[in-house]
Amino acid sequence: MTDLYQTQRAMRALRRAAIQRGVVAILDVGTSKIACLVLRFDGYETQADGDGVGPMAGQSTFRVIGAATTRSRGVRFGEIAVMNETERAIRTAVQAAQKMANVRVDHVIACFSGAEPRSYGLAGEWDLQDSVVTEQDVARVLAACDVPPLGDGREVLHAQPVNFALDHRSGLGDPRGQIGNRLATDMHLLSVDGSVIQNLVYCIKRCDLELAGIASSAYASGIASLVEDEQELGAACIDMGGGATGISIFMKKHMIFADAVRMGGDHVTSDISKGLQVPMAVAERIKTKHGGIQATGMDDREMIEIGSDSGDWEKDRRTVSRTELIGIMRPRVEEILEEVRVRLDAAGFDSLPSQQIVLTGGASQIPGLDGLASRILGNRVRMGRPLRVQGLPQAASGAAFSSAVGLCLFAAYPQDEWWDFDIPTERYPARSLKRAMRWFKDNW
Amino acid sequence: MQPLGRSPFRRDPAPTYWAYKMQRLWLTPLFRVAFRVGLPAFAIAMVAGLVLMDQGRRDAISGGFAHIRDQFQARPEFRVGLMSIEGASPDLADAVRARLGVKLPASSFDLDMTALRAKAQELDAVASAELSLRSGGVLQVVIKEREPMMIWRVAPDRLEMLDATGHRVAALAARGDRPDLPLIAGQGADASAIEALALIDAAGPLLPRMRGLVRVGERRWDMVLDRDQRILLPQDSPVEALVALLEMNTADDLLTRDVTTIDLRVAARPAIRLSPNALTEARRARGLIDDDKKKKTGSDL
Repeated sequence: MTDLYQTQRAMRALRRAAIQRGVVAILDVGTSKIACLVLRFDGYETQADGDGVGPMAGQSTFRVIGAATTRSRGVRFGEIAVMNETERAIRTAVQAAQKMANVRVDHVIACFSGAEPRSYGLAGEWDLQDSVVTEQDVARVLAACDVPPLGDGREVLHAQPVNFALDHRSGLGDPRGQIGNRLATDMHLLSVDGSVIQNLVYCIKRCDLELAGIASSAYASGIASLVEDEQELGAACIDMGGGATGISIFMKKHMIFADAVRMGGDHVTSDISKGLQVPMAVAERIKTKHGGIQATGMDDREMIEIGSDSGDWEKDRRTVSRTELIGIMRPRVEEILEEVRVRLDAAGFDSLPSQQIVLTGGASQIPGLDGLASRILGNRVRMGRPLRVQGLPQAASGAAFSSAVGLCLFAAYPQDEWWDFDIPTERYPARSLKRAMRWFKDNW
Repeated sequence: MQPLGRSPFRRDPAPTYWAYKMQRLWLTPLFRVAFRVGLPAFAIAMVAGLVLMDQGRRDAISGGFAHIRDQFQARPEFRVGLMSIEGASPDLADAVRARLGVKLPASSFDLDMTALRAKAQELDAVASAELSLRSGGVLQVVIKEREPMMIWRVAPDRLEMLDATGHRVAALAARGDRPDLPLIAGQGADASAIEALALIDAAGPLLPRMRGLVRVGERRWDMVLDRDQRILLPQDSPVEALVALLEMNTADDLLTRDVTTIDLRVAARPAIRLSPNALTEARRARGLIDDDKKKKTGSDL
């Protein structure tokens, strides 16, 4: 635990250094594509509504100066399966982005979708000593949270204080400087499989880059595609990626739950491939060009040519109606959404005041998905696209790039995490000395 | 069965490890500057250094440049073949020619005109010299001669001609060579030649009788006339004193009388010294001495 704490602190320091140097790269390691954005930080800007505690809240403005996407290789379910292939794909993306930006990038902030994230809600309490909340007290109350057993080989990816309560007052964003007796906090902790992080770190190190931050892509796409009131009132972001579908629930501008379904658009493609007996590439093309979920009266007459080069005329000239295609795609998409529903129910999404659901990610672009999703997930479903950021090319502004854009925001406006606060010093020599002095004064 | 080798048409889009590293290196600003500026500069300096390391090659390069320069300067357009001296008497022209010592024909690049001009002006007889290159390769020297205005007897056997400002013009062998010029003498006479000229101008009717002016004690002038008559002029405003004397002369015909010295040094009280004979005559005329006594004593004052 302390080990990871130190790593995260080191990454935070690296990120600060990178922002000060002005250039940092964003790497979204997905199952179907790897996106790399190069950000240039122009200067520091004090944000008026700095809604955070830590020293890095709301720091700077940035601009995307390089963007590149490449087909992902060696990644399955949002986890690195073949290291060499993934390393090559990362190199391709980083090189192209560097070329566009015409600047060398040394620090990279990465996100991934898999690794079985698990959310925990933690609570901690701390009796204040001076009745004024200091940064040290915040660190202590965070340290006072008792961490549940995470399981073997699991690491903490995010640990964000979600809420502070001082005596009977709850919902404090920044308790520092306030007066009270008892400080309590709620913390959201997200744990992932440690080996996945290690693989990613190794891949990025092999590319001569330094990892300056790591995030869950469900979290990143949540901060990119949820608008401010949705984040405030409560909403779920469903990031339908290639190999995994991430779920993140936001409330009061903090992520309070994250999960991932190990199914995504690639499974739809593989279903098409198996059902129509075509290669994956052809299946992907058919899916993106003719795919759909909602059946219409035209579908039986719309015949889709399935090219093939087997040499057998009969096989090469096959056609399939769109009805058949929808018949293949819909069950899988339904399955994914049902699974998402189960996860949301498990998280207690129904009890949130606002139950907005935002669908984003590459697989959310299937026509007719919003109709199906509103039937399964609830009435308030909308399609989400990422926030506009300065300098982002048009090609990289679609729903498939919401986690990459979210990672930009994550780099520029980081939320405070547990490791942003200093380790509470249990024995503070100056204080004990002061106490000794006081004892002497009282007794002599 | 899978083919063993990869198909040549399937190219891996990923950059190789080294291509990736090289691109990153190339994007490093310091490396870029070093490669684009530092390396060519170093290469040029290296080549130049290697070429110039050999003494013979260095000499050849500098000799080549000198040769080209000489060839250019030796072109007929720049050749100066003649020197024409204007405004000088033949003797002076020869002197100037000898003084300048320019070997003709020469290239105009080799002629240092300012130095030549200074050299020409070093001659006493030259008041000013103008040098110019005329077309046709002629070095024209326009001389303005100093005009001799008086003769200065420096020593009993040494005569020099002076111009109006008192600058030496030339030596003179004998007084008779230039009988038209007035004569001055005495130490420091040249320094106040202007005053001397003014006096000579003022002398007017005395000129036929005047033998010269003598500077006394580097302070004042004596005018010497024939019959050993001397006019002692004052230090201050000698011309006015002389004019006053001339008026006196026209009135009393003073200078034709037998006086040896007219002393005008004190303006309020001019004094004259008579010759011994005149003095005796004057005394006799006044009856101070009688004729007999005069006969006895002779010329005894």
